[in-house]
Amino acid sequence: MTKTEFPPSIRSRPVYGELEPRAGIFHLIVADGEGADAVIALFAKAADAASMLAKSHILYTAGPNGTDEWDRIAALGAAQAQKAASVPTLLFRLARVLQDVQMGTQIYLTGTEGLMGQAERDIMALGFPHSDIQKEHRGSTVRRVQCVHCKGVTENVRTDPFQCSHCGLHLFVRDHYSRRLAAFQGVNIDAEDRGQVPPPVERFR
Amino acid sequence: MSLDVEYAFDEFFRDETFVDDFTYRNSPAAIRRFPFPFDRDDYMYSVNMEPHVPGRKGSVFEKTFDVDEHYVSEMRDRARILAKDPLRCQSLPHMTLAGWDLLELIMESKAREYPQWFSLTKNGDRWRWINRPLGIDHSFTFLDETTLPCGPMEYITRQTQGDFTLQDEREGTLWVDAGMVTTQADWSLDFDIGMNFHEWHAPVPLAHEKGIFDRALKFLLKLQHGAPVRRFNWTMTVNPLLDTAPETYPEWGYMRTTLNQENMGHMMHLRVELQALFRLPRSNAIAFSIRAYLGKFEELVTVPKWGRRLHRVVRDIHPDLAAYKGFLRNRDAMAEWLSSYDDGAPTSPGWWPED
Ligand code: HEM
Repeated sequence: MTKTEFPPSIRSRPVYGELEPRAGIFHLIVADGEGADAVIALFAKAADAASMLAKSHILYTAGPNGTDEWDRIAALGAAQAQKAASVPTLLFRLARVLQDVQMGTQIYLTGTEGLMGQAERDIMALGFPHSDIQKEHRGSTVRRVQCVHCKGVTENVRTDPFQCSHCGLHLFVRDHYSRRLAAFQGVNIDAEDRGQVPPPVERFR
Repeated sequence: MSLDVEYAFDEFFRDETFVDDFTYRNSPAAIRRFPFPFDRDDYMYSVNMEPHVPGRKGSVFEKTFDVDEHYVSEMRDRARILAKDPLRCQSLPHMTLAGWDLLELIMESKAREYPQWFSLTKNGDRWRWINRPLGIDHSFTFLDETTLPCGPMEYITRQTQGDFTLQDEREGTLWVDAGMVTTQADWSLDFDIGMNFHEWHAPVPLAHEKGIFDRALKFLLKLQHGAPVRRFNWTMTVNPLLDTAPETYPEWGYMRTTLNQENMGHMMHLRVELQALFRLPRSNAIAFSIRAYLGKFEELVTVPKWGRRLHRVVRDIHPDLAAYKGFLRNRDAMAEWLSSYDDGAPTSPGWWPED
């Protein structure tokens, strides 16, 4: 239930903190799966949880591992809270909500990297300063990976290497990460020794 | 985009290829002026930057943007790559002004330094640009994009050897927000665009720990307009592939497995990047030029000092660097081939061939 510890990595790999309630005219909260625990912890830390909830909008979806804690989110009693059927549908809702969100809003992202990365990408494209965006990792560590060859993105990658869901090449998963694409980079593992693909190892769960 | 060109090959500009039949090679004169990057018998990363001022006559340092015998063929290769993959040239919306800055810098430099090939006449904002080797004679309005067949950065870098990136300066760092990248040593503009200095350098081994990127960035943030700097980088490339992109790695990666003592001399190339950095006047962006020179091992060892030194550098390089640069699997074979050009004699300091 605690926040995920990632091993030290290269400088492009995102790092995550712990959500802290901050003063804001409004609170926009985006979460998936076990991120619900971080949302509940966030309000537990608030000096005046009731008034923070009255100015909060929560968007939630189940995690890639199936974890669904929507009932606990719904029970918080935020001014607005919606459950989306999937990450893509959550992002559609988020795009609409962002049209009305004003500067001075605090934004909280929690759950898996794929969700946080895509939400952050969309939020930053609108010019929100990243100092107003907090992120806390919870739950599954599966990765969103872009194939550097065909440019297709494979969601929820568990193993290294894995097979690109678009072009079928066998890719190894780098830590090199693009915030613009919200994805790690996948590179063909048998480009040099063709056909020699090591057995996949489950590195991300 | 339609940039109409007519490639004018002649006695100087070689008609050669960087794919398929690989007819690329250096003339004896080009070998003599090859930018051999090692000024001593060993190599490790450092903050190696010096003012980009005119260097020795005839050397690659003489001009702001060196134009050599490979110019026309390189531009044809770039057009080929862009036709297959337009993502190799990208510019985020706020970078157009920096693109104009770059166009101005290159046009003015080339017209001044190579009047036999390039000419620029200005009548207020109406500019006429002539590029004889590519058969271009074009009038346009400076800062008016509608008068060019494509964006200003793309327009001028389709006519200039070497890759280019444009860095915006914000939040105390540099952001790679535009680029023309078709002659790269295995990095993807499409993946890296929008990253900051430390992020795009993230995959480089050892240099972060040595504080090299912190110091280099600090230095660059102080870069002044009119006082460009330059540095070398280098790697190894099997076959004269200018375009070793990660995108096409499945097409060229296997070539690394085909080396042996018989083909090493003409297949293995020292790839040297002469990189220069320019502060741009209107946008305050920094332009980064990455000009790749390919030298076959058999060409380089015709200079005895280079043969000796290349052997020692390859033999003794840190394995993390050899792995990062993609030649760890061939390192021993390369050192073996080079060893017959190293008699153990001392080498003089500096990279010039004759000293
Ligand atoms: C500001 C413009 C610059 C850009 C756009 C740039 C870009 C890059 C890129 C894309 C890579 C490849 C990283 C990868 O593996 O994915 C690289 C490597 C590297 N860069 Fe830069 N760089 C710049 C300036 C500098 C400067 C000023 C230094 C000075 C120390 C430097 C030192 C290095 C080194 C040592 C490597 C590793 C190269 C190798 O071993 O082959 N860079 N750079």
